[in-house]
Amino acid sequence: MIKKFIIFIFIIIPIKALALIEVDITRGNLNPLPLAVSPLSIDETSRKNFEQILDKENIGSEISLIVENNLRTSGLFNPLDKKAFLQAPDIANLKPRFEDWNLIKAQALITGKVNFINDKLRVEFRLWDVLAAKEMMALAFTTVPTNWRRVGHIISDKVYERLTGEKGYFDTRIIYVAEEGPKTQRIKKLAIMDQDGANNKFLTLGNELVLTPRFNPASQMVTYLSYFKNMPRVYLLDIETGTQEVVGDFPGMTFAPRFSPDGKKIIMSFAKDGKSDIYTMNLETRLVERITNHPSIDTSPSYSPDGKYITFNSDRSGYQQIYVMKNDGSDVKRISFGNGLYGTPVWSPRGDLIAFTKLHKGKFYIGVMRIDGTGERLLTENYYQEAPSWSPNGRVLIFYRETKTNSKGEGFSAKLWSIDLTGYNERLIKTVTDASDPSWSSLLSN
Amino acid sequence: MRLNKIFKNALLIISAGIILTACATKKEVAVDKETPAAPKEETKKEEVTKIEKIAGQMQGDVYVGTDSVKYLADGVADRVFFATNESILTTASRETLRAQAAWLRENSNITVVLEGHADERGTREYNLALGERRANAAKDYLMTYGVSSDRITVISYGKERPVDSGSTPLAWSKNRRSVTVKAN
Repeated sequence: MIKKFIIFIFIIIPIKALALIEVDITRGNLNPLPLAVSPLSIDETSRKNFEQILDKENIGSEISLIVENNLRTSGLFNPLDKKAFLQAPDIANLKPRFEDWNLIKAQALITGKVNFINDKLRVEFRLWDVLAAKEMMALAFTTVPTNWRRVGHIISDKVYERLTGEKGYFDTRIIYVAEEGPKTQRIKKLAIMDQDGANNKFLTLGNELVLTPRFNPASQMVTYLSYFKNMPRVYLLDIETGTQEVVGDFPGMTFAPRFSPDGKKIIMSFAKDGKSDIYTMNLETRLVERITNHPSIDTSPSYSPDGKYITFNSDRSGYQQIYVMKNDGSDVKRISFGNGLYGTPVWSPRGDLIAFTKLHKGKFYIGVMRIDGTGERLLTENYYQEAPSWSPNGRVLIFYRETKTNSKGEGFSAKLWSIDLTGYNERLIKTVTDASDPSWSSLLSN
Repeated sequence: MRLNKIFKNALLIISAGIILTACATKKEVAVDKETPAAPKEETKKEEVTKIEKIAGQMQGDVYVGTDSVKYLADGVADRVFFATNESILTTASRETLRAQAAWLRENSNITVVLEGHADERGTREYNLALGERRANAAKDYLMTYGVSSDRITVISYGKERPVDSGSTPLAWSKNRRSVTVKAN
């Protein structure tokens, strides 16, 4: 890969004066792009000021560590060991000596500078193409010091976008269900954290069972299922204000909620008399609309990104399969026809794929298929895993996995995992407690 | 508070919808119960050998033991068990529910909650619906034997409250259940 890559660059340079580093994210990337993240330089006064406010000895290094970590976990980049760097951070940011960076085989270089100005954090950073000896991008941000982690994520997103041609997914959060206690008496709480696991916060106390939280497009609101007062109903939570309200107070169980892509509606299942159908509620008018009407179980609805279609799973054929219909419930078509059971369809933010859980011969798979059901591709197999949620750029899926217990019924755990759409780069997402039902926010900044 | 009002309206619309469809629903559910089970041929073969080892505790893949069973009264078991992905009542389940119905008719002041459950081998949301369907199968049967519907509340816990934390077919069979719990 590297060889091919270098040759490519060398051919291009003589023809076009402008060389572009390109990272192909559509294939499994076995040779991630080597790049150097030089620690952001910082003057002594600024360093001391930030140390006082944030209790971090060198905020410049801390921010560059976030960038490094994000780019590494993407699987597309290989951040090089800092010990090999020859040039000091402050000088590198002014004008890199490209020969030095070339020597350690860095193809791209990130440099930058941090200042303390009027109680604010000012960060500038530059992305350099080492082989072409050119600056690719230069940006500066000013924000409150406590936002320093987000600055690291935003820089990562900018670099990712410049080098891959697609939006990143680092300045995002994950809402999930934190789990504790024995399997027969699990305590579950809503929790939220940054995409990289930092800033974890519990949003409920664990007094009642909560399940399946999902963000709205603005990532400010969450809809979820709560067993408050032992009545399983769909709720709405404002993350900033903490206010909660019931939205699915029908005479029966409401569950499996998700927002419409414009954030104006919640789509959910309503179970009564042994059948579950799909309904929507308009959050402004509170008007309720029935979408499916069938004696089977219709659940796990998810809108297409343009809002015109809905995918869901139903056992109307006798067992659980994936269907697509128009947003008014008409034109229902079954799309899954492979062996086994199919559930939890989720429409990709790019619109072209549906991610799902498949149960076949006692194994659980996370997979994707085209929206007409063709091109099924299974990404990962395990004892138990389900509920994929897309990264906002549609390149990564997060889901949860549960372990088999031993003969005494011990050893149960539930964890969050992510995998690239390519089927590569499977990763455990570290969480404070056990975790399930992850939902990925949209990009918080653009 | 304004929301409240709108909300009540929405509820009215829904309840109207439900009343309208109620009759149709029941018939359809009954039809559903007669349709044969989901195709599980592939898993059955593997399971048969396992099932023989735990003979006496399972019939097919329905639990018939008494491990987790509690009693509402002498000889009145509190729960019935189901086959994988099924909500059909077995002969044994019907017997249990008839005993429950008889006891409830004698103790007319008692109300009950039917708690429907699923095993861990399914997706969370589908299991919530499946638990609800199982509890309703039990509810329908109790009603057939003279227990008024206003004495019965149904709740589904899906796969959230297993009684057996094992990862074996036997453990799963104990977890696929509808439990009748005294509410007062």
